[in-house]
Amino acid sequence: MGYYLQQLVNGICLGGMYALMSVGYSLVYSIMNFSNFAHGGVIMIGAYIGYFALTALGCPFFLTFLLCGLGSGVLAILLERFVYTPLRKRSAPSLYFIISAMGASIFLENLVIAVIDGTPRNYPEIFKNTINIGGLNLGLDSLLMIIITAVSLFILMFIIHKTKIGLAIRACSYNEKVATLMGINGDLVIFVVFLMGGILAGFAGMLYGMRFIVKPTIGLVTNKSFVAAVFGGLGSLPGAIVGSLLLGIMEIFVASWNSAYRDLFVYALLILVLVVKPSGLMGKVTEDKA
Amino acid sequence: MSWYYIEGILIQSCYTMLIVLGLSILTGYTGMFSFGHAGFVCIGAYISVICTMALGINYWISLLISGLCAMVLGALLGRITLNLKGDYFCIATLGVGEAIRLIFNNLQLELNVGGKHFVLDGAKGVASVPLKTTFVGSLIVVIFFLIATTFLMNSKHGRNMLAVREDELAAQMSGINTFKSKMLAMCMSALYAGIAGGMLAHYFGYIQPRMFMMVKSTEYTIMVIFGGMGSITGSVLGTLLLCALPELLRAVGDWRLVFYGLAVVVIMIVRPKGLMGGKELSDLPFIAKLLGKNKAAKKLPTSDNGKEAQA
Repeated sequence: MGYYLQQLVNGICLGGMYALMSVGYSLVYSIMNFSNFAHGGVIMIGAYIGYFALTALGCPFFLTFLLCGLGSGVLAILLERFVYTPLRKRSAPSLYFIISAMGASIFLENLVIAVIDGTPRNYPEIFKNTINIGGLNLGLDSLLMIIITAVSLFILMFIIHKTKIGLAIRACSYNEKVATLMGINGDLVIFVVFLMGGILAGFAGMLYGMRFIVKPTIGLVTNKSFVAAVFGGLGSLPGAIVGSLLLGIMEIFVASWNSAYRDLFVYALLILVLVVKPSGLMGKVTEDKA
Repeated sequence: MSWYYIEGILIQSCYTMLIVLGLSILTGYTGMFSFGHAGFVCIGAYISVICTMALGINYWISLLISGLCAMVLGALLGRITLNLKGDYFCIATLGVGEAIRLIFNNLQLELNVGGKHFVLDGAKGVASVPLKTTFVGSLIVVIFFLIATTFLMNSKHGRNMLAVREDELAAQMSGINTFKSKMLAMCMSALYAGIAGGMLAHYFGYIQPRMFMMVKSTEYTIMVIFGGMGSITGSVLGTLLLCALPELLRAVGDWRLVFYGLAVVVIMIVRPKGLMGGKELSDLPFIAKLLGKNKAAKKLPTSDNGKEAQA
């Protein structure tokens, strides 16, 4: 029993990290209707900022954390400004956005390899203590991860549901053209969406680095968070969060059974979801009209 | 530069061109983006290696078998994913491509046929594959498929695919079985990729699942886009340029892929139609004059205009 509970906690940790990443995919998809594959690069840069802030600059933990969010947020906005805005002005088909995103992701990944290098790096160990709750060994870092994830997702949901800009985002995700006609500033909404997705990506990158390792090809993990977003329903925030948690927990249990099949399981799940219910757990059903 | 080095690049361009030609049928002509084509190449490579090394089948026949296996897989895959729209088809192919790679990553296989010992060891792949792919052989294969693709595209089936790309609903209304057209495109592109996979395996002399990552699929798609969607000439040029470019830029070391990524983004922004913009070599003014062709009769709709006007 204790073993399963332990795995459950690990699963929630992993799922939480996926959630931070997948909301970025989902937010962009809900407004612009394309899968932003450059998001993986943004997460990776966040992890590197965290690494260098901790080791080279010796920043305290929480400052590093904010730096990660800030850096990734700025990067996401730059990407939007220089890669997607020209396409958006031309109202190009969404597949062109995907190709551009892929190009941007190749660019970011190899820029890091060229400037820094390709070797994986370990974060310095920040939290070594573990707490024992009822026979459950809980690392302080896991606990912190769960708390940080929960708080940032709560703030995100608060912004989306309780503020004016959140209302604008919801309106745009419902129908961008009509929302713009009603006086909503579409550019501002997209700016905010990329900023929020970027900040959460930075947090996720830092958490990932703390728990695992920093390397330029982090994209394999971010792809899984994308699968989580599809699983929960692309374009739906609660869907992305629930999908991520479920995927994280399932992945950990598959891994505890046979670790060789964890990635295979994730992609098999992706195919299954697409075949059975492409709109995912909570996605809105969009009928293709044309 | 020795001939050995140049020949290597040429062989690589040849089989890459075969993959890109296949992908051009699916992406350029039918308008379905695939991010999992490396999966088909992977299947082709493994099947052909099993054929030549374990079963002792002739190289050329093994290429054919690997192509057919990939085609069957493509048909199965098409059966379940072709009804998905746009992005979701893309994501599905991404998932399938990665899943195929991961299956081979975990596959352990030992075969003993007629005294031959064949080991397939998961992530380590297969080593010491006989080097059967020559430049002349691969050139002949590519030219054969180049001609076949041209015929296919100028046939009724090819025109049906174009109609599907331009407007699926309208094509359906005009009595085209759009599912069948898409299925044909899927099967053909899988066939090409499978054969190319066999050539790849027998050129490198070893295969590992790591050689078929998603990045490869993206590269193939980028080559199609770079050359221009819906143009065979474009695909050929795109492949030649993008295969040669990393080699020419080898001096800049790690930076070459940075430029590659940057180039993709710039092309998407500046010239989304690609190099040829949906035109063939025979559509270029001076060559058309040379061939004495009636230009207006030959012209196919270009990929970009229709879609952009719609959006």
